[in-house]
Amino acid sequence: MESRRNPRAVVDPKVRQVGFFTSSQPDSSSTQQQQQQTDPIPASASSPPVSTISPSGNSLSPVMIPPPRLNSSDTFPLRGAAAGASSAVSPSSFSYSNRRDFPDGSTTASPGRHSRGSFVKSSTPVASSLPGIGMDSMAAAKSSSVPASGLTTVSVVTMPPGLAEKASGMEVQSDQKKNPKSLKEKTTKAERRAIQEAQRAAKAAAKADGGKVPPGTSASVASTSVKVAKPAKPSTQKNEVSVAAGVTEKKGGPSEKDRKKDAPHPRMQYDDESRVVKAKRRAVVKQTEAKNRVELFRHLPQYEHGTQLPDLETKFFQLDPMHPAVYKVGLQYLSGDISGGNARCIAMLQAFQEVVKDYSTPPEKNLNRDMTAKISSYVSFLIECRPLSISMGNAIRFVKNRIAKLPITLSESEAKAALQSDIERFINDKIIGADMVIVKHAVTKIRDGDVLLTYGSPTAVEMILLHAHELKKKFRVLVVDSRPKLEGQLLLRRLIKRGISCTYTHINAISYIMHEVTKVFLGASSVLSNGTVYSRVGTACVAMVASAFRVPVLVCCEAYKFHERVQLDSICSNELGDPNAISKVHGREDINYLDGLTNNANLQFLNLMYDATPSDYISMIITDYGMVPPTSVPVIVREYQKEHLLV
Amino acid sequence: MDFQVVILAGGFSSNLVPLVSKEVPKALLPVANRPVLSYVLDLLESNNLKDLIVVVEGEDAALKVGGWISSACVDRLHVEVAAVAENIGTAGALRAIAHHLTAKDILIVSGDIVSDIPPGAVAATHRRHDAVVTVMLCAQPVSGPSESGGSSGKDKTKKPACEDIVGLDSWKQFLLYIAKGTEIKKDTRVNKSILCAAGKMELRSDLMDSHIYAFKRSVLQEVLDQKPAFRSLKQDVLPYLVRTQLRSDVSSDQNNVEENGNGKDNMQNNEVVLSQILSNASLPSFHQVYESGLDSRKTHKCCVYIADESKIFVRLNSIQAFMDVNRDVIGDANHLSGYSFSAHHNIVHPSAELGSKTTVGPHCMLGEGSQVGDKCSVKRSVIGRHCRIGSNVKIVNSVVMDHATIGDGCSIQGSVICSNAQLQERATLRDCQVEAGYIVCAGGEHKGETFARR
Repeated sequence: MESRRNPRAVVDPKVRQVGFFTSSQPDSSSTQQQQQQTDPIPASASSPPVSTISPSGNSLSPVMIPPPRLNSSDTFPLRGAAAGASSAVSPSSFSYSNRRDFPDGSTTASPGRHSRGSFVKSSTPVASSLPGIGMDSMAAAKSSSVPASGLTTVSVVTMPPGLAEKASGMEVQSDQKKNPKSLKEKTTKAERRAIQEAQRAAKAAAKADGGKVPPGTSASVASTSVKVAKPAKPSTQKNEVSVAAGVTEKKGGPSEKDRKKDAPHPRMQYDDESRVVKAKRRAVVKQTEAKNRVELFRHLPQYEHGTQLPDLETKFFQLDPMHPAVYKVGLQYLSGDISGGNARCIAMLQAFQEVVKDYSTPPEKNLNRDMTAKISSYVSFLIECRPLSISMGNAIRFVKNRIAKLPITLSESEAKAALQSDIERFINDKIIGADMVIVKHAVTKIRDGDVLLTYGSPTAVEMILLHAHELKKKFRVLVVDSRPKLEGQLLLRRLIKRGISCTYTHINAISYIMHEVTKVFLGASSVLSNGTVYSRVGTACVAMVASAFRVPVLVCCEAYKFHERVQLDSICSNELGDPNAISKVHGREDINYLDGLTNNANLQFLNLMYDATPSDYISMIITDYGMVPPTSVPVIVREYQKEHLLV
Repeated sequence: MDFQVVILAGGFSSNLVPLVSKEVPKALLPVANRPVLSYVLDLLESNNLKDLIVVVEGEDAALKVGGWISSACVDRLHVEVAAVAENIGTAGALRAIAHHLTAKDILIVSGDIVSDIPPGAVAATHRRHDAVVTVMLCAQPVSGPSESGGSSGKDKTKKPACEDIVGLDSWKQFLLYIAKGTEIKKDTRVNKSILCAAGKMELRSDLMDSHIYAFKRSVLQEVLDQKPAFRSLKQDVLPYLVRTQLRSDVSSDQNNVEENGNGKDNMQNNEVVLSQILSNASLPSFHQVYESGLDSRKTHKCCVYIADESKIFVRLNSIQAFMDVNRDVIGDANHLSGYSFSAHHNIVHPSAELGSKTTVGPHCMLGEGSQVGDKCSVKRSVIGRHCRIGSNVKIVNSVVMDHATIGDGCSIQGSVICSNAQLQERATLRDCQVEAGYIVCAGGEHKGETFARR
């Protein structure tokens, strides 16, 4: 094999890619012939499928293949440690020590203090003579949105935390009394005297005509010091007083370091007690394990579904390091607002784009490393919300790769722009573009008078059907659906709106309606390298019935969803859904016969999300590299995976 | 998280006369000897919200509130106080500070709530649905003095307080209808198109609007600009948004325009496909179904977050509520007070002096430096700082604020004695309110009266 590979490296990959493409009249046999020339493995495609497993088994033993490492979590302990340390420091000690460290700190602080003073007597005309007012108007000029004093604190927010705390801590008058020492260090005697005098005068003035001054005068004071007063509405004049600031650096969630390190392994064995406990300790999302789990699927995570969402919601403001876009996507995963491989992947990538857009490198850190760490922590959060799909794993790998490959010489803005366009390109080329190509290939397979069966609501198949309808092909669609998600109904609604004639049935009736079907189009969550199609639960059943009736089964799957893993059953890697979803019917209290039985020790619910369809049942896989038999998947994985992950 | 928090602290609320006065705006009314505003601030702080804007009606009140915040929240919070004119309503107050609002979403919290419901939940719901407004609803609180007090023979306070009537969709996610219970006389109008689109509406009167809202900033500002007549968030803005949710004329998505503006055909095509994939993947709400049925109709979502019933939520908006809050905070909901209770379920400050044979029952609080004479009995009451209470005084189910003086032999039940008030000997008060600094003559027997200077 090696000897064959070496010369191939010389060949331009693009030329060979043409070989895989089925042109306008694609023919599976011709593709196979092409492959026979290039590779020995698919050559055996013509032989019975059982034997095809063995060559792929030779190259990649199913047991030995490691699961994908999705997060390079434990690579950057330094950064996290720094974050942890800063969070541990108490705010008060921060402000004092910093004052000495940064000589200009006291100057930033003094306007704040003055403005505080001016607030106390802002209703007195005397106040306008105070230095504080002068500072105010200066500040007001700086940012016109806040008319009155207290602008110094507004700027606090944008400062790095250490500085911010120091400035804000000093704004408070009492603070100044408490630690005159530190003030002395910075100001001369004369200055201090002046300040003291001013304050004394201010205090006296405030006492003299404290609350008696009519509001009109205060308004006039405000308008002298404030340029942005609205003349039409004097009532809207306001004295914004920044009173106190200071951010206690207590972080709600676990520190970023922890989060990074412990991204739960995507294929953690959840029946391993100690690991589960460990993973739980660091989880952001509170995860209560469901009690009655089916023995065979103990190794998969299953949580009480009711508890996660409210808990995560209540922590909304406490997850400091989380980006809002990522948080939103996580919430949507958790609540099931977004489902479907492509949509989840796109939503995640778009969130990452937002992250990149809002990113700024912390001081003394490297963009490449810090960003990778950030993305890792986000990914671990998303995993807690819902286990990643394989397509998402590939997309994450792509993003991380791009970050790692960014040249160090690039400036931050350039790097960010490059990354954003990379992600954009991935969405456009690998997902949407791939779908377009798939549609082009698959439409050629639809003839007039066809009866097409589809299961669930696969995006690619929907696009194919719509496109075929636009081409005025005459065909009928059978939408097969299953509880509890009933995604098919949504597809049905959209198809009927376009005027495609449809039949809708549930999967129970599959063996009856298969008689009239001429082709079966299925979607896939992933295609594994032994040709197994990993897809929505029920797909295997449909494919098996179809192959028993000798109906061709075409699986539409973008190549970015391919994975080198080999899986022989749907037990070792799967996802468990909400058990309540199958035990209850929403809005039909009259048929909820299982009420009160959900916690019975003798009853276990199994709501599997995926199943694995063996390659025997699949006639053809339609990808963006053309139509290939399932046996050719390893070729695509081997030859193109690297390319399209690295782009 | 791109949220700005606005606390509407009110001014001198007329509902609470005579408890509020020039010296004590509503936000500073003591609940278990802490201003009620401190409960809101604590709640927000515990949720990591440290950048707050407090809106106060009236300059004087703003000065008072600002002064208190500066002394209490030093080093903890970044608070800005804005004073707005009195009687311009909640919507008017927001209009006045609208140009300070810059974040994507605004969380609006009433300044008079005592609660442990995390505001983050509202924000998260808001974000998840990309809603225009999200309202927190909570169960109606039980009003009236607690039965175990024993003193309330007649249950006159147990009126069926139907505060709000809300209509929810079948998943209890969207708000379809809202009205104030007192406004509805005999019949009311429900928008037919909303009812048709949602299919099913659940009308509930056991839920109450908690005055915690999350608004999309752009929409809020637009509505406030377009409808200058709107005075109240709850009575004008919110019903308006709910009413118009299927024929929205607020631009909830500005980025639509941007996306369509640039790019080649190919790119635009991709965008369309992209948004289609995303929208097809999610379970459509009835808004989307409605939108797809009729072209060129825009909708926006009004969501609700229904707080868990085990959470505590009280609004201090009437004298009765004031009594209830004080009772709850030192009674059932004592984790909110922040004090540590003694083994007898009460708090007696170490500097307080008790005479001989004086008993302080459970669920009581005695502030710092207060003196209580001999043979007194204090039950289920809050007594402020530096009060002087004579001998043979009975105080049940009452609130006595700071620096009050109560003469010998007084009996106080279910009453509020404001700060610096003075009760001369043998005064008997039942369900009364005594204004700050008022002097009640000796020996009088009063029931359900309000003592205030004219």
